[in-house]
Amino acid sequence: MNRSIPRLLLAPAVGTLFLWMIVPLGMTIYFSLVRYNLMQPDQTGFAGLENFSFFVTDPSFGTAVVNTLLLLGSVIAITVPIGVALALLINEPFPGRGIVRVLLISPFFVMPTVNALLWKNMMMNPIYGVLAQVWTCFGAQPVDWLTDHPLFSVIVMVAWQWLPFATLIFMTALQGMDREQLEAARMDGATYLQQVRFLYLPHLGRSVAVVVMIELIFLLGVFAEIYTTTAGGPGDASTNVTFLIFKQALLNFDAGVASAGALFAVLLANIVAVFLIRMVGKNLDR
Amino acid sequence: MPRFLRAQRPRPTTSVAALLAAMSTVAGLTGLAGAAQAQAQAPTELVIATVNNGHMIEMQKLSKHFEEANPDIKLKWVTLEEGVLRQRVTTDIATKGGQFDVMTIGLYEAPIWGRKGWLQELKTDAAYDVDDLLPTVRSGVSVDGKLFAAPFYAESSMLMYRKDLADKAGVKVDDHPTWTQVKDLAAKIHDPKHGVYGICLRGKPGWGDNMAFITTLVNTFGGQWFDMQWKPQLESKPWKDATAFYVDLLKQYGPPGSASNSFNEILALTNAGKCGMWVDATIAASFVSDPRQSQVAAQMAFAQAPTMNTPKGANWLWSWNLAIPAGSRKVAAAQKFITWSTSKDYIQLVAKTQGWAKVPTGTRRSTYANPEFQKAARFAAAEKAAIDSASPNDATLPKSPYVGVQFAAIPEFQAIGIAVGQQLSAALAGRTTVDAALKAGQTTAERELTKAGYYRK
Amino acid sequence: MERLPMERLPTERLPIERQPMARNPLARAPTTTRRPAPFPLATAVRAVAAWAVALLLFFPIAWLGLTAFKTELQAVAVPPQWLFTPTLENFHEVQARSDYLLYARNSVVTSVLSTVLGLLLAAPAAYAMAFFRGRWTRDILMWMLSTKMMPAVGALVPIYVLAQKSQLLDTQAALIIVFALSNLPIMVWMLYSHFRDIPPEILEAARMDGATLWQEVRLVLLPLGMGGLASTGLLCLVLSWNEAFWSLNLSAAKAGTLATLIASYSSPEGLFWAKLSAASLMAIAPIVVFGWFSQKQLVQGLTFGAVK
Repeated sequence: MNRSIPRLLLAPAVGTLFLWMIVPLGMTIYFSLVRYNLMQPDQTGFAGLENFSFFVTDPSFGTAVVNTLLLLGSVIAITVPIGVALALLINEPFPGRGIVRVLLISPFFVMPTVNALLWKNMMMNPIYGVLAQVWTCFGAQPVDWLTDHPLFSVIVMVAWQWLPFATLIFMTALQGMDREQLEAARMDGATYLQQVRFLYLPHLGRSVAVVVMIELIFLLGVFAEIYTTTAGGPGDASTNVTFLIFKQALLNFDAGVASAGALFAVLLANIVAVFLIRMVGKNLDR
Repeated sequence: MPRFLRAQRPRPTTSVAALLAAMSTVAGLTGLAGAAQAQAQAPTELVIATVNNGHMIEMQKLSKHFEEANPDIKLKWVTLEEGVLRQRVTTDIATKGGQFDVMTIGLYEAPIWGRKGWLQELKTDAAYDVDDLLPTVRSGVSVDGKLFAAPFYAESSMLMYRKDLADKAGVKVDDHPTWTQVKDLAAKIHDPKHGVYGICLRGKPGWGDNMAFITTLVNTFGGQWFDMQWKPQLESKPWKDATAFYVDLLKQYGPPGSASNSFNEILALTNAGKCGMWVDATIAASFVSDPRQSQVAAQMAFAQAPTMNTPKGANWLWSWNLAIPAGSRKVAAAQKFITWSTSKDYIQLVAKTQGWAKVPTGTRRSTYANPEFQKAARFAAAEKAAIDSASPNDATLPKSPYVGVQFAAIPEFQAIGIAVGQQLSAALAGRTTVDAALKAGQTTAERELTKAGYYRK
Repeated sequence: MERLPMERLPTERLPIERQPMARNPLARAPTTTRRPAPFPLATAVRAVAAWAVALLLFFPIAWLGLTAFKTELQAVAVPPQWLFTPTLENFHEVQARSDYLLYARNSVVTSVLSTVLGLLLAAPAAYAMAFFRGRWTRDILMWMLSTKMMPAVGALVPIYVLAQKSQLLDTQAALIIVFALSNLPIMVWMLYSHFRDIPPEILEAARMDGATLWQEVRLVLLPLGMGGLASTGLLCLVLSWNEAFWSLNLSAAKAGTLATLIASYSSPEGLFWAKLSAASLMAIAPIVVFGWFSQKQLVQGLTFGAVK
């Protein structure tokens, strides 16, 4: 059968996809080059790189970029190893395994805003939070998480939400492993650690790559957690690029600067992606 | 008439069929007419965007009274959190989206939008008694004497303190205390070992959170946001003194976690008896003196917000108002609703169904004059005094080019406010010095105003 | 593109019953291993560790559930209360204040339809890229990912204006389109990865037997790829369900989803913990329950690593 017929038939699907993505992108590029402030409708006209320079010269800009990368890196560094460990832990049967699995993946279903409010008020509040009570039980002074360690608190919240996702992906990858090979290895007398190193981990290569890529996409845009808890502060300690766009542009109803910021975020994301691909990308094609 | 019947010899069934046909035709025509009539009388649907504070929720519940009295109007509610509400309604009105027929806007938007011509002027009749509105609130929602938004609820700020602790320390707090006196009292009653903190104040970054309070503090120290040439004044002496005072006060006598505390967090603390003093919105008074909510209800006492160098702008003014976007096609219905919900009758309705303690306050003289209300709300007199003394047009000692007590009613203020708020929150948390915070705030303010064209450096 | 001989794996030469699950629709998921029983101690340690971690991670949600049944005062009590008399007043309040069913219905409709729309668009594209790999495939995939990286806050005004001009504000249609748009790159990626697991030889064989494209898809591809489609669909469903930013900005009175319901409970002045917990519970319950029941499907479907 002619190969090109299916290809032609599939072109519309790919084409729609293309169109679907290019329209918002195109509009964003357009808006970033003009003056467009909702509150000042009379200010119009080509702005060139004015919006970009305004965004980039913000005093918090550098910190925002650093915080974004820190947030991204930390959450990936937490969720991937712990996800693998958890997946390995529940890979073998034990009583109540089904329920444990269900409990482990639940946090992923909670809405980010609820997640944020939950942690801020119920867990982390230094006076009536649960963590404060635990600390007092051990006789220590409760820690003021959101004030003293704002970025860390945000990282904890986001990692808690994404750990189930990573665990789920790894869990199912392990389920699909070749049992024959495992049997053979065990019979040859391989210890558990050796099995992990030579069998389990290589097998998970592709899943790790997928998890990292998907988390990259979502973690760059973390907003709800920051908005609801620390509002980017104290200072700009927990401001990331997305929150900076919000603070700079949306609060001002300045669509021009917001679009410029968005494009910048995409640029940053692409740079990060290139690095990550170098690290895990070879696994993607396996 | 169906063809197959016509083709046959007339039979008795034909006449039955004919009768049925006739009846159905008549029914059909009546139905059509009815539909047409229903179409003509289809209720006007009003989409109301509102904020989710207690009084608005109350209004939602009571709206069925309005619908009963006006069967041709149907109300649809969209309740949102303040920040999101502001975002939504501003985007809608600026792009002439027409999504909302009645908008709940604050005292911040009202002057800006009124001046831009984005709001419909509200016409009131004698029964509404527009002169009954408290003058400071009324001036905040009017431009050139014309009413552009009807105030639904208004508040100022005041000092709430635990009288039992003050008595134990041997201090009598008078009605118009100064900040020096307040600091002294805080030092005396601060007792963290027994879980009591001298004073609780807002610290969470936000133009309506910590900056609302800090702006009033700056005002009373004799400062202002921008001078008459729109130059930001964040590095002036009143700003430095006020913010240094604030940071010191909270660091020494405030609860932990102050840098992320806003109204709700401090309310929880005060209700649990952990705050010796609290300067915040007057609505808090109703919560902390409610025995169903507060463990220290009977011990709370009230005074005016403390002052320092000038009484001007020491307590803020905020109101939630209902407005109609200009160019709306449902002006008549919207006007009816707004008139109903901000009228004296509505207040009576709430009093009847929920009790006088729950009526929306801060808007009308008649509410405060009512003896039942005075009985139900211990803080009523203090609240009225606070609102009357907070004038958005005269809130700073040196003359200012902007209106607003705890904010400057310019569109750029939100971004400036949150940036400065973040810096001061960091200073409170000890991550930066007050001077560095103010310097950073000054830079941001200058940037924003230069970009918007107010001010050339 | 043909797979090179060296890429054919030993497992493919195994009889069909012993091939890994993904390529063999007839295989049962192994539920127990066939090796000799492990030491009971090892299992016990494993069980304790797993339960401890699971309970620890689940604790915040459990706390949320508990708080939903407390009064406002109990919710902020110091120290936090563990024992209390439960009350249903918060749920009543939520139901009285807002039309839960309207929001729930909108959530269900928008999530499901956006998932369907997304799958319809993503599957053919993923199929084309997996089986007709060209030079540009990798680049297209990367580019799609990068467009997803644009933060929603930046694109708000353009999309809002677009929606307004096409009269789609406050409609389910607008939300469906935006959700599908947001999740499309992820779906294409995941489906691409799944389809890559399917050996092209099977499809070749079908074609050789004279099957048309449609038959090839329906009789061979779908059964083999069903797990992948299901798990991708489930992920998209969860993401759409929880999407709050677009729901809040593009809806008013008619098209609000459960995410907007939650947003109306965080009050600026007044305690709202218990009510928010109740509202949250009501908002996340459907998707959590659905997730719990379908996680078995997920487990069976997300076999990325079946090919070694």
